[in-house]
Amino acid sequence: MADMTAISLPVEKSRPIVNVSERHEARVAWMLAAPAMILIVLFILAPVVAVITLGFTDFELGYSTFKFVGFENYAELMGDRTFRQSLWNTAVYTAIVAPASILLGLGVALLIESETVGRSFFRTAYFLPVASLLVAMATVWQYLLHPTIGPVNSLLNLIGLPGPNWLGSAGTVLYSLSMIGVWQTVGFNMILFLAGLTAIPRDLYSAAEIDGAKSPIDRFFLVTLPMLGPTTVFVTTISIINAVKVFETVKTLTEGGPNKASEVLLFTIYQEGFVYLRVGYASAMTVVFLAVLVVMMFAQYRLVDRKVHY
Amino acid sequence: MTNTLSFGRAFRLTLLSLGALIFLAPYIFMISTAGKGQSEIFTSSLSLIPTQFFYLENFAKAFGRVSMGQLLWNGVIVCGLIFVIQVIIAIPCAYAMAKLKFGAARLLMALVMLGLLVPIHATSLPLYVAFDSAALLNSYTALVAPFSISVFAIFLFLQFFRAMPDDLIHAARLDGMSELGIVMRVIVPNAWPAITAFAIFSVVAHWNDLYWPLIVVSNQAYATPPLGLLFFRAAEAGDDYGALMAATLIITLPLVAAFLLAQKRFVEGITMTGLKG
Repeated sequence: MADMTAISLPVEKSRPIVNVSERHEARVAWMLAAPAMILIVLFILAPVVAVITLGFTDFELGYSTFKFVGFENYAELMGDRTFRQSLWNTAVYTAIVAPASILLGLGVALLIESETVGRSFFRTAYFLPVASLLVAMATVWQYLLHPTIGPVNSLLNLIGLPGPNWLGSAGTVLYSLSMIGVWQTVGFNMILFLAGLTAIPRDLYSAAEIDGAKSPIDRFFLVTLPMLGPTTVFVTTISIINAVKVFETVKTLTEGGPNKASEVLLFTIYQEGFVYLRVGYASAMTVVFLAVLVVMMFAQYRLVDRKVHY
Repeated sequence: MTNTLSFGRAFRLTLLSLGALIFLAPYIFMISTAGKGQSEIFTSSLSLIPTQFFYLENFAKAFGRVSMGQLLWNGVIVCGLIFVIQVIIAIPCAYAMAKLKFGAARLLMALVMLGLLVPIHATSLPLYVAFDSAALLNSYTALVAPFSISVFAIFLFLQFFRAMPDDLIHAARLDGMSELGIVMRVIVPNAWPAITAFAIFSVVAHWNDLYWPLIVVSNQAYATPPLGLLFFRAAEAGDDYGALMAATLIITLPLVAAFLLAQKRFVEGITMTGLKG
């Protein structure tokens, strides 16, 4: 209670309190919000400040002293082949998984929406991967994609095609991981698109038809797509952010290999920070990762402001 | 929509079914392979029904190497604690922000928006250092504490509470209820849709999370399901895919079963949390 009043002091200064009941209301509000506020500072704000600060140090876990090294970590990052490879791989993974899972999600949602039979079955089937433990399903994919005993290659051999070493060769590993990523996220996007589709008023379609949009394709571009604008922006942002955060499948299946061909941002940070314990250097990487997320979010805000007002 | 099978409709149904088959294939093979013996896995991977049932052997192996019961129990404890604490912390805060006037509301909103940007991956390094120096690694505390605050929960409840009529609260105040009383007896009973939606979001996220448990837990006794499966894989020499599939089946089942039983709620929850997040 003592520190509670201490926190509430600045408020009383900045805002003239008119009467007792308003003052009481503010105090109660403070008490209700205080636990959340303290925890935000403790587990979000302070760690973010700490990670930015640590990025300028040579701190390593296990050593008791450290010193500030300015931008040395960032300079090292620029020349770090693993880190550059990791950024590139994350970009490629995102460039495949985000568009593919958005388009497939939209496609499946449109198909399900226009179909009367088996709606809930299809919805369940496509959504199941979202509700499944990714580490477990990655293990299943590892078996499916096994070069010699895996069903996928057995199937390919059956029709006379040579099966690649999906997760084991540097040329295919990133694409195989992307495929698993798409499989895992299509259902989530589908559900959001389905919600967006049901929110479109039916009479818009009849109006469009009267206005001369005779074919369903015309009506799709005239009504459906523009009306899905806000949903699409949101789905796009969340798909990109989730793709940038790829970690589980990489950790479970490839550990960044072979030959760093599947090294991705979070995995590299994990390796540097928690395996090699170079906390300072990994913090600099984390700052880059955070910067990427901030840029994405701002891009979304701007897009929402400009493009999707109807 | 007519029920006659036009060409377009047949095409649509074929496409949907084919897609569904591809999406369900991993589950089909998981269940099938969990019942196959070592030799059959190596010879005929495409036959779905095992010629000899090895389910018992494979499940015995899965339960034998890693304590599956302990893993699932850890998952339940950790997810349950996280969810309960998140809700207890977030609801009063969201109520204060939505319905009470106080000076820090805007600052708090800024903090919440900032928090929405920051995933655990960004804060894990300093948090790890802190938990390490407090000798708290390998504990439920380490698994739960960083998630005790969910700014997303605050954000979601805030949206929901803003839509609640003020009259409800005024009436309760006239009845002499304290603000905390209002939260517990007026707000919470009316917020079940939002709470259920958030429960689904929270449990799915933390049941599946590998990153943070991997960092703070090295002792099997505190492993959550995803981490436990990694331990199991590490303990498993060679390619014993039968046992491995049995283990994945056990670990995937609880959440999938929950989803199949409460599908409607799941979809509502994802839509609500998804669209507003």
